[in-house]
Amino acid sequence: MTKKTIDFFGKRKVFFTISLVLIAVIAICTAVMGAELSINFKGGTLLTYSFSGTIDHNEVKSDIQTITGSNAVITEGEDFTTKSKTLNISLASNQGLTADKQFELTNTLQEKYADNSLELLSSSDVKPDAGKEFFLKCMVAVLLAFIVTIVYIAFRFKRISGWSAGVFAIIGLIHDIIMVFGAFVIFGYEINANFMAVVLTILGYSINDTIVVYDRIRENKKTLGRSVPVDELVNISITQSITRTINTSITTIAAMLCVSIVATIFGITSILSFSTPLIVGMISGCYSTICICCPLWVMWQKKKKAK
Amino acid sequence: MKKVTKPVFFIVLLVIALFVGVQVTGLTYQYGDIQTTYIKKASDVRWGIDIRGGVDVTFTPSTGVEATEEQMDSATEVIKQRLITLGITDSECYTDYSNSRIIVRFPWQSGETDFDPEAAVKELGETAMLTFREGYEVDETGVFTGATAENVILQGSDVVSASVGVDENNKYIIVLKITDDGKQKFSEATKKCAAEGKSISIWMDETVIANPNVEQQITSNEATITGQFTAEEAKSLADKINSGALPFNLETSSFSTISPTLGLGARDAMLIAGAIAFVFIAVFMIIMYRLPGFVSVIGLAGQVAGMVCAVTGFFGFMNGSTLTVPGIAGIILSVGMGVDANIITAERIKEELRAGKTLDGALRAGFDKGFTAIFDSNITVVFVAIILMGAFGVTDSFFATLLKPVFGFFGTSTEGTVYSLGYTLIAGIILNFVMAVTASRLMLQSLSKFKALRNPVLYGGVKKND
Repeated sequence: MTKKTIDFFGKRKVFFTISLVLIAVIAICTAVMGAELSINFKGGTLLTYSFSGTIDHNEVKSDIQTITGSNAVITEGEDFTTKSKTLNISLASNQGLTADKQFELTNTLQEKYADNSLELLSSSDVKPDAGKEFFLKCMVAVLLAFIVTIVYIAFRFKRISGWSAGVFAIIGLIHDIIMVFGAFVIFGYEINANFMAVVLTILGYSINDTIVVYDRIRENKKTLGRSVPVDELVNISITQSITRTINTSITTIAAMLCVSIVATIFGITSILSFSTPLIVGMISGCYSTICICCPLWVMWQKKKKAK
Repeated sequence: MKKVTKPVFFIVLLVIALFVGVQVTGLTYQYGDIQTTYIKKASDVRWGIDIRGGVDVTFTPSTGVEATEEQMDSATEVIKQRLITLGITDSECYTDYSNSRIIVRFPWQSGETDFDPEAAVKELGETAMLTFREGYEVDETGVFTGATAENVILQGSDVVSASVGVDENNKYIIVLKITDDGKQKFSEATKKCAAEGKSISIWMDETVIANPNVEQQITSNEATITGQFTAEEAKSLADKINSGALPFNLETSSFSTISPTLGLGARDAMLIAGAIAFVFIAVFMIIMYRLPGFVSVIGLAGQVAGMVCAVTGFFGFMNGSTLTVPGIAGIILSVGMGVDANIITAERIKEELRAGKTLDGALRAGFDKGFTAIFDSNITVVFVAIILMGAFGVTDSFFATLLKPVFGFFGTSTEGTVYSLGYTLIAGIILNFVMAVTASRLMLQSLSKFKALRNPVLYGGVKKND
């Protein structure tokens, strides 16, 4: 009645190739398409107005020029919830727009284009140093999480040489974060606060997944003893826990699919730009445990033994 | 572990059912016009600004100004006062001393249709007009008229400082220091007011902040205001008076608004998606894991209800946390981990049964062996959550103090939304241990005492007669 042990370790070259190709694709896409950094990180101003009828972009542009003295980029979009057209004004100003100026700008535009019934839908204004600080803070938080995780795994998983297990778990995490980043770039979503939330959520999800498998390795090492070679030990452990990995993935990914589908039907991009990369991260989180962390750990153990 | 008996299942089930039920209805007590809330219901969730729309703004003193802590306190006090004047009741206001920043967040006011956030923020940052005026004559809107409007005794620039002191009766008082210029004017005015039995009212913009009586002429540079102040009231009043003497303007360093129409659609969609996802998970779990699956669905319902009460604060007197989009991510992740914990255990029970253990032995071994994995994976995520709360929380909160050596350098974050992720994660993991580990175990072991439910097939084992 025992399941046939699947040789995960033997296929490591295939897995590594897949991951490396994906990372290369992401790198190329980022180089070609460029990552769209939100003003949360780089600073600047983004104003969104709803309007009706038609508006001459060049005219608006020159109005903004006279009030703020900066060059604006103007695009049109559609707000799905209100079904109205939107006018997006972005200013890559390195000064930030003061509330006074913004007030003046809105009033001027509303007066001048009275027929278009402009209404402010959202505005966001961040000074460059405030944006940089948020980004740095996120990086420090992620780094600290890495360090704490390595220390905890080293302590709790002494039996399977915890330090190396911890380091490879983090390599898996970095792999997942790259995949999430790639999802943002390839889908054309803006790198904003949502991106950080997804990265931090995947951080938790991926650690959770890796540790469940590590736990199995730890337990099997105890019960099977030293006679079993490491690659065999890992293959057995992954095989034993594979049903759990698949079923957990199905439930969580299905839940996020529900969110994505409903968000698509309602046309809510802010949620879609959050739920779809989360799905990518969840798939990557399970994949990296089995196909990256564990094989790397086995290779390390074998190398250590050979010495 | 003590022996789990048959009634245990029904007790746990009843507790969870009550818990879920109370989330739907809430518990309030109506006495006359006063309604006391004992237990908050699910609809009392405070949605973050990114969901319900609102304003998030950071003020800093105009460039090149070094503000002291007292000055920052005063500036914050002005903003709080103006928020109230504008009718904005549930605002959050943080002062970040290390970076001289004041962070203000407030949601869209319900019922406000023509609320102008840009005008409101513009008004919040303006320098306060502090005036001492003769008497206290006001019109029906509470704004000064008559002699009070005409006779301005002192202005903000005449005040050197205001501080809190204690008089000989151990009562809190405000000690005012006045400039030499102001001394002259104050002396004349106090003489006049004391003679006519008038008060001198103190105003910030068009709001009265104090209206003390004048007992005698004051000729020195120092005056005191006495009253029934608490320590806090006295400090607040001193801060307000000081604000009139602030030597700087406030500018916005980041400012964002989201209209409520953008947010609320998102909220409804998330609720619908959440309901569909829950039904899917419930069906999946019951089909895949039968009895343990059924039990885990009950536990999950309790977990979701628990998440809601962590966000609302549950009891009327407790403060919850605002729920933002990242906070919802935290709920999804922790419920996902709850499902995972149930799957780990159920898989383990199945394995043990197939390895030939008896039902009772398999249940015990399944829960015990599954626990180490659940424990370690959940604890690591707790660390992540603590780091998030420390990094993105309010500067003086517990976790922020804990992580001050690392994040103290940065000062209060401008992105409060991420804090919510840490909060929901911690709450979710605690609930994981309560629901997915403890409650599931109690219910399943109790159910296994029923003769009809002793068939291993119900637990994923192979068919045999027990």
